[in-house]
Amino acid sequence: MNGENKQLTKTNPFMPETARIVRTYHLTEDVKFFQVRIVEMDKALSFKYRPGQFAMISVLGAGEAPFSISSTPSRPGLLEFCIRKAGTVTNALFRMKENDLVGFRGPYGNGFPLEKMKDKDILITVGGLGVAPLRSVLLYCLDNRDQFRRVSLLHGAKRPAEMIFREEFFALKQREDLECHLAVDEDDTGTWTENIGVVTTLFLKLKEIDIANTFALICGPPVMYKFVIKELVKLNIPKDQILMTLERRMKCGVGKCGHCAIDYVYTCLDGPVFTYWDVIHMRELI
Amino acid sequence: MRITKLKKDNLFPFLEIISEEADLWVPVKKEDKHVFKVVDDFSEIEMNSTRTILPPRKIFLPPNFNMFSVSEKGYKEDFSHVTKKILFGVHPCDIHGLIILDNFNKQAYLDSYYLEARKNTLILGLSCWPDEYCFAKSSNTHVIEEGYDLFFTNLEDFFLVWIGSSQGDDLIRLKPELFDEELKNKDIQTYINWQAERNNAYKWNINFAALPDLMELKYKDPLWERLGDACLACGSCSNVCPTCNCYNIMDKQCLGGKDGKIMRHWDACTLKEYSEVAGGENFREKRADRLKLWYTHKLQAYISKYGKPSCVGCGRCIATCPVDINVRTVGKALIGEEVDAFWARINKEVTK
Repeated sequence: MNGENKQLTKTNPFMPETARIVRTYHLTEDVKFFQVRIVEMDKALSFKYRPGQFAMISVLGAGEAPFSISSTPSRPGLLEFCIRKAGTVTNALFRMKENDLVGFRGPYGNGFPLEKMKDKDILITVGGLGVAPLRSVLLYCLDNRDQFRRVSLLHGAKRPAEMIFREEFFALKQREDLECHLAVDEDDTGTWTENIGVVTTLFLKLKEIDIANTFALICGPPVMYKFVIKELVKLNIPKDQILMTLERRMKCGVGKCGHCAIDYVYTCLDGPVFTYWDVIHMRELI
Repeated sequence: MRITKLKKDNLFPFLEIISEEADLWVPVKKEDKHVFKVVDDFSEIEMNSTRTILPPRKIFLPPNFNMFSVSEKGYKEDFSHVTKKILFGVHPCDIHGLIILDNFNKQAYLDSYYLEARKNTLILGLSCWPDEYCFAKSSNTHVIEEGYDLFFTNLEDFFLVWIGSSQGDDLIRLKPELFDEELKNKDIQTYINWQAERNNAYKWNINFAALPDLMELKYKDPLWERLGDACLACGSCSNVCPTCNCYNIMDKQCLGGKDGKIMRHWDACTLKEYSEVAGGENFREKRADRLKLWYTHKLQAYISKYGKPSCVGCGRCIATCPVDINVRTVGKALIGEEVDAFWARINKEVTK
């Protein structure tokens, strides 16, 4: 037997980088915003990703979990996440403060097909925490506004206090090159000036859609997809131009642990962005 | 391929020499079943063993191992599960299982924990004789041409030794005088007769080629609900399957300190928590849905990608499942054979 023990795999895909929380604050009662930077400056600046990809964040002792990247690669250096307090890892993250360190690895997943979306109309529909991955693509479109045609955003939340990035979107409403419609299911404040109703009612607000040249992007709670897709199919938007990003349990992010398997694809490698045609074709997606 | 001969009397002396090079794992009896084990006394080796309870993967990817040791300084990789090992007595179907795992762990990202351990394990295959559960001939995994360092075909008073790798050849070179390079026509005839007899010894078969379409066509068939009702969701089928790779990762923190470990342990898609995400949403709460995923992966997904099933016909699921849900019964139910007896049995189990 050969005595040599050369390491076959040069890098360990599970080894996290250290990243620093540079800013964190509450977006809603149970959702917090995290701005993090990879500690090594060179790595922080050269970190490449595309909207729709995700990263694994870990807290020593609590574990590791996948999170959509909410920032845009057009603003490099800092990475942003909006995270709901839901399990062990997120509870630990909520206890952390600025200057605390987390483990970070990524980016993973396919992300949105920006090349195909170029020079097309972009219609984004989000519900609740679905804004996390789609804010990335929205900001990317706005930062590269000349590369896209019409950009519209339909954003729904249960109540005004639960609308994530509320102030940011109210500010965006002022832009003339973005069609932004906001809605809440119910207004318990009495001061809500925008629409009331589920997110699908916002489709009525849209001006005429150039169906063949529109990419419709969806993210939200599982129950939302069915209703939004119904609207989009009614509008005759081609099924492979309806894009959605899905949530699944993930332990590795690199196509090995199996938890995110849907039918015969892995959400972490082949997704999390899928087309509506994939959904019809593959079963089990939504 | 280089082929040589080893007299049966020379096997133990050979194993003695190679066991000085690395931990030697061999098949031994455990009650009425078999397991791989490191032994002091080679007479414990079961040359005619049937499938071992757990597949060979347990030897280089243990059910539980540490990936990282964690302290305030950060993460430190732990590759202590990677030691030099020689695994003797691996049957052709299990070698096929390893090839499937090799391919899987090399695609997209390299899983260093698997690949390092695999690279440090030499595989010494051994021919076997089918029992009532074996169906490796259906998946064409009853013979093997690659994936081993040495392969021993167990004939009358000698082994035909197929040398599959340079490292395998190195083992032989440790004591070449034990081997006999000269194959006589008589030896070849012995092999031909043995092969013909073994091919006829498979007691049942299944038409794997028909299953991908049937998985698709019968995706909404009530048979899945009935199987789901009977399934105990114990995960045993995954634990014993030579091509199951799923795992979970857990942090273990030492009491009163910041030090800890990040452990990786086997998981199974048939377990309830498998697809559950934070907040309680479970994408496969129903047992029927989890069974469908398992069988999609075994009978359909791999076939569409590589042209063969990711089932190697070892029969472990048949020998293990307490309620008789396995590739044989599910495959036959999809095809529509032997269905009545199967459901009668399942219904009896469920209503008991």
